[in-house]
Amino acid sequence: MTIAAFDTAKRPKRDYSLVGESTRWAVETGLASAEWYHTEVPRKTMKELMKRTDGPAIRDTVLWIALILGSAAGAIYFWGTWWCVPFFFVYGVLYGSSSDSRWHECGHGTAFRTDWMNNVVYQIASFMLMRNPVAWRWSHARHHTDTIIVGRDAEIAVMRPPDLLRTGFAFVGIMDFRYALPGLFRQAFGKLSDDEKSYIPESEQPKAVAAARWHVAMYIATVVVALYTWSFLPLMLIGTPRLYGMWHMVLTGLLQHIGLADNVTDHRLNTRTVYMNPISRWIYWNMNYHVEHHMFPMVPYHALPKLHELIKHDLPEANPSMWHAYKEVWPVVKRQLKYEDHYLKRELPPTARPYREEFHNFVLPTAAE
Amino acid sequence: MAEWIEACAADDIDEEDVIRFDHAGRTFAIYRSPDDEYFATDGLCTHEKVHLADGLVMDDVIECPKHNGRFNYKTGQALRAPVCVNLKTYPVKVEAGKVLIQLD
Repeated sequence: MTIAAFDTAKRPKRDYSLVGESTRWAVETGLASAEWYHTEVPRKTMKELMKRTDGPAIRDTVLWIALILGSAAGAIYFWGTWWCVPFFFVYGVLYGSSSDSRWHECGHGTAFRTDWMNNVVYQIASFMLMRNPVAWRWSHARHHTDTIIVGRDAEIAVMRPPDLLRTGFAFVGIMDFRYALPGLFRQAFGKLSDDEKSYIPESEQPKAVAAARWHVAMYIATVVVALYTWSFLPLMLIGTPRLYGMWHMVLTGLLQHIGLADNVTDHRLNTRTVYMNPISRWIYWNMNYHVEHHMFPMVPYHALPKLHELIKHDLPEANPSMWHAYKEVWPVVKRQLKYEDHYLKRELPPTARPYREEFHNFVLPTAAE
Repeated sequence: MAEWIEACAADDIDEEDVIRFDHAGRTFAIYRSPDDEYFATDGLCTHEKVHLADGLVMDDVIECPKHNGRFNYKTGQALRAPVCVNLKTYPVKVEAGKVLIQLD
């Protein structure tokens, strides 16, 4: 679709609902479902990178399950003593954070070559995350079609002006829990919001309701077991890890897009790649290579480092660490509190093809470089 | 009336791969299976109008490059969300090293 020339003066104030003024504007200007910039990669090379195999994901999943069961066993064994704390720390991160990357990769269908394996892990991870597996599959498809297009993208983590309190609470899962659980109950009663209806096709909506009912039934069963045994332990193992274990998911995931441009059609402007330590990369399944993932969502997580090496000449330099990335973006986020059009425009190396300014210049005057 | 149109040379497509073919304002995807058979479908994904020729062929399946939706390219059947609508397929024959597709 061709993008119309923007008239900045007519751009409505950011409205993050998916059926409001910003939605209308994005559709009218052609920002919705637009054609996005891609770095050129020869077809033969891309085919090699896209190639699916079960090996790495089976290895990682066996390890993942073993660590989850092992840490849960330790937590149960030491329940009632302080020794259970380190086990819950590990269990929580595996349950509340690493499940996000498993949900993500298996949702894309890229983790395993054998698709039923993707589907099984996707369902388990969706439950751990309190995410409706049907609704979120569609919201994530929209996130890839319209990445950080206001009024279209259902997965914008930090809106403008940023709500710092809400973002801070996200690290301990409070806000997410606050919305995820009631959302599941609402869906279980057959009520989908207007936003959800905007990205879940009508034919799939009954499946979303059925999935919510399964999840709610499992949470009710957990509460019943907790009451029957008169112990908080079942809830520490199912449900609440979403609170105490999601800090790593937020720590890594916030960096994907925070402080960068919105309403653009070049992932180099609205997405960030950050080098991370090997443990975080394993938990996050290499989603720190996020520009690469958005440009080429068919490349499995284990091939993203190779893809990065191949196309980094055309991307802004990766942040060398999470600390560096947060330090860089913090002043931008602070400024967005007063000037919501402000954003961080990361500089391209001389080897890169330039940004298509004609599509994006409506926000450039306030960009920080 | 249906007519046979020359789309490409048979060896323009690698085994287990796909190429794009545009004709008369329409776009198609021409596949070569791992068994060295040829198939043709509409060129755009039924979900978001993305060119399938940039996608990945695995056995009988084509995966869309944008959202990873999957079709059986031999039957056009939609296999994996977010695709829900089947893909139109076209008869194909190979003659004298050329791939021809029958268009309506």
